[in-house]
This record gives sequence, C-alpha cells and structure tokens, in this order.
Amino acid sequence: MTALLEVADLRASYGTTRVLHGIEFSLGERSITAVLGANGAGKTTTLRALCGMVRTEGEIRFAGQRIAGRRTEDIARLGIAHVPDGRGTFLYLTTEENLRLGAYARKDKRAVARDVERMYAYFPRLKERRRQQAGTLSGGEQQMLAVSRALMLAPKLLLLDEPSFGLAPLVVRELFGILRAINAESGVSMLLVEQNAAMALELADHACVIETGRVVIAGTAAELKRDDGVRRAYLGY
Amino acid sequence: MEAVLLQVLAGLATGGIYASLALALVMIYQATHLVNFAQGEMAMFATYIAWSLVNAGMGYWPAFLLTVLIAFVLGVLIERVVIRPVENAPVLAVVVVFIGLLVILNSVAGWIFTYTIKSFPSPFPPALGIRYMSPHQVGALLVTLIVLALLYLFFRFTPLGLAMRAAAQNPVSSRLVGIRVGWMLALGWGLAAAVGAVAGMMVAPIVYLDPNMMSGILLYAFAAALLGGIDSPGGAVVGGLVVGVLENLLGAFVIGNELKLVVALVLIVGVLLVRPSGFFGSVQVSRV
Repeated sequence: MTALLEVADLRASYGTTRVLHGIEFSLGERSITAVLGANGAGKTTTLRALCGMVRTEGEIRFAGQRIAGRRTEDIARLGIAHVPDGRGTFLYLTTEENLRLGAYARKDKRAVARDVERMYAYFPRLKERRRQQAGTLSGGEQQMLAVSRALMLAPKLLLLDEPSFGLAPLVVRELFGILRAINAESGVSMLLVEQNAAMALELADHACVIETGRVVIAGTAAELKRDDGVRRAYLGY
Repeated sequence: MEAVLLQVLAGLATGGIYASLALALVMIYQATHLVNFAQGEMAMFATYIAWSLVNAGMGYWPAFLLTVLIAFVLGVLIERVVIRPVENAPVLAVVVVFIGLLVILNSVAGWIFTYTIKSFPSPFPPALGIRYMSPHQVGALLVTLIVLALLYLFFRFTPLGLAMRAAAQNPVSSRLVGIRVGWMLALGWGLAAAVGAVAGMMVAPIVYLDPNMMSGILLYAFAAALLGGIDSPGGAVVGGLVVGVLENLLGAFVIGNELKLVVALVLIVGVLLVRPSGFFGSVQVSRV
C-alpha cells in the first residue's frame, strides 16, 4: 500500500484550547478510511486541520508533498476535497452553480461538463433540481449535492464529515452505496468521519478511533469490528 | 401631464446614476457586510482623472475607458492596502477606515485639483436628445443600462462572476473548492470602483466637478440601496430609479428644489424604521 496521506504528530488548537494532541495515521491510495470517536474527540478538527482551516503543528504529507501550514485554497487545488460539517452548501446559488463551483479549480472544461452529467447520473434527484436554489433542497438532497460538489474537484482524496448526519437510514444506505461505487470506479480515496460507526465500518476498509485528540486504535475495518472495546463503545453490542 | 412626464423621464436619467452608485455600495456590502462611505469620493476622484485626461488632449471615450480601468486598479489597491489589514477588525474600526478614506480622497482631490468648480464635458451628440429628454439625459441612461447589463452578464454567466458571488456568500466553502477568496474581494472592490467611476462621469456634467460633488449623490445612492434592500443588486437598480423619479416629482411639485435632499434622508430613516430589509433584501435572522 502506497500512502497517499501521512499524518504525524498533528496538533491543533482553537485559541488556547488544544484539541489535537499528536494525531498519527496514514491512508492508502484508493482506500476508504473511517475515523470513529465520541463527540468532541477531535474528528472534525482533524479534517479541518488537513485542509488548513485551523492552526496546526506537525507533519501532513499528501502525495509526497508537505501541506501543513498551506492555505486552504491551495490544498484544495492539490486535490483534497472536503464535504464539511454542516454541508457548506452555497444556499443562494442553484444546484448546477454549486456543482460548477466544485470544479472551479479545474481547467478541463469538457471533462467538467461530463462530470456534471456523471453526478446527475449518480444522483438523479439533483438533475431534477438543477435550476433550483440549493437552499430549498431537502437535507438529503443537500448532502448529495455536497458530496457531488466535492467530487467535481476530481480529487485524489475526499474528506467526508458526517455525511449521514440528519439523514433517514434508507437515504444513508443509498448514499454510502454510491460512495462505494465511486471509490471503486474512479479510485478516489476517502477519509470518512462518522458517528454511525456500524455503517462506517461497513463502507471502510481501514479505520481508526480518536479519543481526546489522539488515535487510540487503528487497523483494518474487519479488525476494528472484532475489537471488544470498539464493539462495546461504538457499535453498542 | 406633460410636466409630470418630463419630471419622470429626468428622474429616470439621474435615477440611473444613483442606481450605479447604489450597485457599487451593494457589491461591497455583499462581500464585507459594511457600507463603504468612501464610495462617492472614489467616484469623484476617478472623475477628476477623466477630466485630467480629457484636458491633456485625449478623446472623451478613450479617456472614459482608461478612467474606468484606472478606477478598477485603484479599487483593487485600496482593498489590498487599506481594507485587508482591518479584515477581521471590529465593525467600528472598519467604518472609521471608510470615513478616513473619504476624508483623504476628498482632501487630496482638493489639494491636486483645487476646490474651484469645473465643468465636465458631456460626450453625447445633440441628435440623441428626444422630445422630453436632453441628449445627456438619454446618453447617461443608456450608459447606465449598458453597465448594468454587462455586470449582470458577468455575474450570471462567467465562472469568475460565479466565484465572486460564491466568495461573498460563503467564504469557507469557497476556499474548500479552491477559490482565492481574498482576490475575489479585491476584484469586487475594483468592479465597484469602476462602476462608481462611470456614475461620476455621468453625473459630473449635471452637478459640475468639484471635490464635494458626490456627497449628495451618495446620499441618494444610500437611499436607493436601502430601499431596494442593501444586499440585493437588482433592488439597488430599482431603488435608484425609484429614488430618482420620486426626488424629481416631489422637488418639482410638492416640496420645491431646495428640499430635494430631504427626500433621500426621509427615505433612509423611513426604510430603516418600517422595513429594514427594503423591497428585495433578505431578512437576516441570527440566533443568539
């Protein structure tokens, strides 16, 4: 496994409150890694740190380059797309404008047009609503739009912050099925932060657990599913 | 009846100028959530540049285009040099910077060009005049409409325009898709300054050129922007035209020309009291 992303001794703070105390993990190409943990453990902050949205110290290497301390927009241009906490929809723009913005950093116009159609094929609901203001979409549709917008960057790595949040179980199942298909088709790696540990471990091939700003367990998804501590704390049986 | 029509048409002509300046205000407001008090003085300064170019022997339209370009560059520079450092400062600090800019531009213009009132040429041929409107009124209205149409096309149909709208409404998500938000803000300042420059050059033949020429116009533009909804570009245009017509009708038939400026002030206070979001603005709700 060649590592696409390597994180070592990653620390981050909000003001004087340190939230990450030396996160360490790596993630391979074409892989899906789940990050599990309780509320406030530092999962969202980890994703934010990878994108330069919080002040960080430590080492982050992406596709061989050091990206720690770089600006968010430059990191995005290197090929890291982020579906943020709260979805980050451009509420006053149309669905299609949201998708086009996702591809803003790309220059290959024809491929972009093709990718818009590809997103509509994954999520036909978005095509029905292409000219509608994104703020009028339902929660599930907005989540699909957020994922599509991120994929429009044609990223090497997709960061997903709680894509299941606020969605009906059936919609979550559908969304995760599509994520798996996209991973298999285009080989984009995914780093998935989830509260819904059972579903996340279904989708992921690797996983790690974060507790109070540190990685406490890491391994393949199958290993974590068998781990007694993980099972009791996050899977609830 | 003819007198009314005459006043309405004249109102539309000046209203178009208010609309351009109001639009410049709205563009800055959307990006920064603050009203740029120096917008009028920036326009005034640009008009002086145009005047200098014409006086140096340049033809009107080349001077016009060059002025718009210079205003754009100056707008970008002002954002980068003056506004950038106070980006995260408290609101009042930024307001003070705006007022500082206003005073500086006003004084520098007075220092370089003196406070003597100058006449500014109108480029429009007499043939452009129609029965109820002077050539300059028709021309100014046309130029305004062209500028508004160009802006609409730019923001609606170009990727850069889309990115600027995105950066104004959601900077965090914009960075995540690779948009350089800082530059989008600077471009917004440049565009606003360019639009303001056009407004200045269109209004100068009417009010004459002096360092204080825009103070009244800026008040009308404020009233227009507020009436239309301070965060609505379309609203600013409608507001500008409405304020222009209203001001002319009331000035001619009700309150007399001396009290015209009061119309703007009453509108500002009235809109803020009765309907702070204006005709087309969005109502801001925040949880506390």
